[in-house]
Amino acid sequence: MSDATDTPAPQGKDPDELPEVEDSDIEKAAQETPRGLPLRVQGLEKRFGGITAVDGVSFEVEEGSLTGLIGPNGAGKSTTFNCITGVHDADGGAVLFQGEDITGLKPYEIANRGLVRTFQIARELEEMTVLENMMLSPRGQRGEKLVNAVTPGLRDDVVAQETDLREEVWETLEFFEIDHLAEEYAGNLSGGQRKLLELARALMVDPDMLLLDEPFAGVNPSLEEKLLDRIHDLREQGYTFLLVEHDMDLIMENCERVIVMHQGKLLAEGSPEDIKNNEQVIEAYLGEDV
Amino acid sequence: MSVAQRAWGAVPDSVKESDRQLIAGVLLFTYLLYILAQTFLAIANNAAILPAVANSLQNITFLIAVYAIMALALNLHWGYTGLFNIGIAGFMAVGVYSMSILAAPATGSPPGLGLPIPVAVVGAVAITALVGGIAALPALQLDADYLAIVTVGFSEIIRLVLNASYFAGTVQDPEASGYNVVDIFGIQFGTGGGQGINTPTSSPADFLYSTTSLGDLLYGPSGDPNALGSAVYAAAESVGVNSSVVNGATYSFFLLLVVVTLYYVLLVRIGNSPFGRVLKAIREDELVAQSLGKDTRWFKVKVFMVGCALMGLGGILWQGSFGFVNPNTFRPIVTFYIFTALIVGGAGSNTGSVIGGAVFAAFLFEGPRQLARIVEVLVTSVFGSLPSPTTFYAAVVSLNPLAWLGYTIDNVSTLKFVFLGAVLVYLMQNRSDGLLGHRKEIAASIDLSDRTPRKRESAAADGGESDE
Ligand SMILES: Nc1ncnc2c1ncn2[C@@H]1O[C@H](COP(=O)(O)OP(=O)(O)OP(=O)(O)O)[C@@H](O)[C@H]1O
Ligand SMILES: [Mg+2]
Repeated sequence: MSDATDTPAPQGKDPDELPEVEDSDIEKAAQETPRGLPLRVQGLEKRFGGITAVDGVSFEVEEGSLTGLIGPNGAGKSTTFNCITGVHDADGGAVLFQGEDITGLKPYEIANRGLVRTFQIARELEEMTVLENMMLSPRGQRGEKLVNAVTPGLRDDVVAQETDLREEVWETLEFFEIDHLAEEYAGNLSGGQRKLLELARALMVDPDMLLLDEPFAGVNPSLEEKLLDRIHDLREQGYTFLLVEHDMDLIMENCERVIVMHQGKLLAEGSPEDIKNNEQVIEAYLGEDV
Repeated sequence: MSVAQRAWGAVPDSVKESDRQLIAGVLLFTYLLYILAQTFLAIANNAAILPAVANSLQNITFLIAVYAIMALALNLHWGYTGLFNIGIAGFMAVGVYSMSILAAPATGSPPGLGLPIPVAVVGAVAITALVGGIAALPALQLDADYLAIVTVGFSEIIRLVLNASYFAGTVQDPEASGYNVVDIFGIQFGTGGGQGINTPTSSPADFLYSTTSLGDLLYGPSGDPNALGSAVYAAAESVGVNSSVVNGATYSFFLLLVVVTLYYVLLVRIGNSPFGRVLKAIREDELVAQSLGKDTRWFKVKVFMVGCALMGLGGILWQGSFGFVNPNTFRPIVTFYIFTALIVGGAGSNTGSVIGGAVFAAFLFEGPRQLARIVEVLVTSVFGSLPSPTTFYAAVVSLNPLAWLGYTIDNVSTLKFVFLGAVLVYLMQNRSDGLLGHRKEIAASIDLSDRTPRKRESAAADGGESDE
């Protein structure tokens, strides 16, 4: 294992990936996490009453990669996202981000560490304009402190910072080609436009890693193409992506690694080629065109 | 309602867009209407016109100011953050009672802490903020509905506690009988129980017109008017306006021009800032705000405390200005009135809050009474005196429209509630945004739509189709 620390290459099957994880193991893993693996999920479990939505799932995501997370409806993909980002408290297991244990942290703490997610059903702040939505995201805004917002002298700094952010927001809106909607209320956007805004808004947090839950659902093909181009651009800039998606062709063409979940369990993991030819995966999808 | 819509359509767009002009326009319109109505009534009743108009204007100004103040404070909670605080009356009570107890002399009845009035006011506002924080802390972590339940329960608890005879504290000498005086670490005070409690002054304008020394300023002026006061009173007297109307008018316009303005500026600054943006996001979808790295709980606690402080101060300036309050002043109906004012004006808009306060006070709260007076004058001048049946049944079975009218006029203060309810139902169905809620104020300290021309080359390169 010691030789793994200085290689950012994928780790394959490491002994410390076993679902049963003790606290000391988490700490040990935290210390040994190579820089190349920003997200490590270990033995994650989540139950809702009788349903075990996530059942001991472990995986890793490489830095700067676009990793696909697939599985039939109800496989537990969204629940996995919710557990990683603190929306749900996991019933077991651990989540490590940038080598730190983030299990049980609040959503805002996780976002502030640079791990930001989008939602399967776009959650816009409907009665806020696109610009307001975008301006909300950036971290460390001085004007979020009440004193700075209201005190005359201190407010000048707030104005200065907002002026800089505004420029960044407009650039991002242009980049996503939704700048013509800037002053529209988010609630008036179409489904696809909402998806674009959601991704743009998440990027404005300036995260290191993004978890995208079906960002292309309901998006027309040309818009989807555009979104994918953006994601590839961003990936080249060093962002890491974990992507949930049902469109197999899309996953196979764009992701370098694919994780497959089925009934709450991790079914397979590997390159698109491996996954395509994996018997279990084909079976799980019941002969769907994989 | 088409008349109102046409009237609204006739207002120039420039006025509608400028918040200050809009507020000024609504106030001007209200004053004109009241001047006309009062002049008419004075002539009809053979009374002096100027004093009648002056008295009515000071009264309506006071109501407009206090409802605008309270609607602004509530707008921070409900309009901006979506915190459904229906315990406003309770927080006002905490403010007024804290101020009274802190300011009442130790030898008073009931006894208090004898602090200077300015200190008592500041202390009371801090206490209200603290109490608000404590009341809401557990509820803010839960869903919005729980906050509503907690605040309304809390408001009633405050009122009932103040009413308790145990706290009556009417003894002169706390040593002689400590029974009905609250004793915390040797600090003794009473609340007056159901009998109520004295507030430091019944005429706040005295601070301007009767202050002759620092002591007057700290502990409330007493005695004769100072030079300014004498001059103003004499001038008013010469046109038949007595000093109590002058005092009332002075305080009312202080509230409207100074306090409402300060509240407005403060709340616009809070709203139009990154802080206000997070508040809006909490209202829209708290989980999104959290997922973007905002510690929403802390924002909610902060904003709840600030709003409660503003409500406490509003209570002091309003209910604390009559010289006396009792627990019944703070019944839940007060909360209902303030919500109505905000709903009429438009939740989420600070300009709407002020306009809502004005419209509510002038037309919904005070309007029916004035209208009844005018109708009565008109009708009696045509038909002689109106019959005034004592019960609704008697009025109905008389089958006499004049009796119905007479009954309506006699009971207008009660029927006002029916009217208020009808207006709310109408608003909810036809204009749920209120008068101005549709025109949302953008939560930023700068004009976000201003695309700085610094980076135009990128737009030229790939943003050719960016023109709508
Ligand atoms: N909040 C919840 N309460 C109860 N059960 C839940 C909850 N969230 C998810 N589940 C259950 O957990 C299981 C996994 O759901 P999840 O949303 O994670 O699936 P998914 O893989 O994202 O599916 P899809 O592709 O349809 O989005 C399902 O059986 C679902 O019913
Ligand atoms: Mg899902």
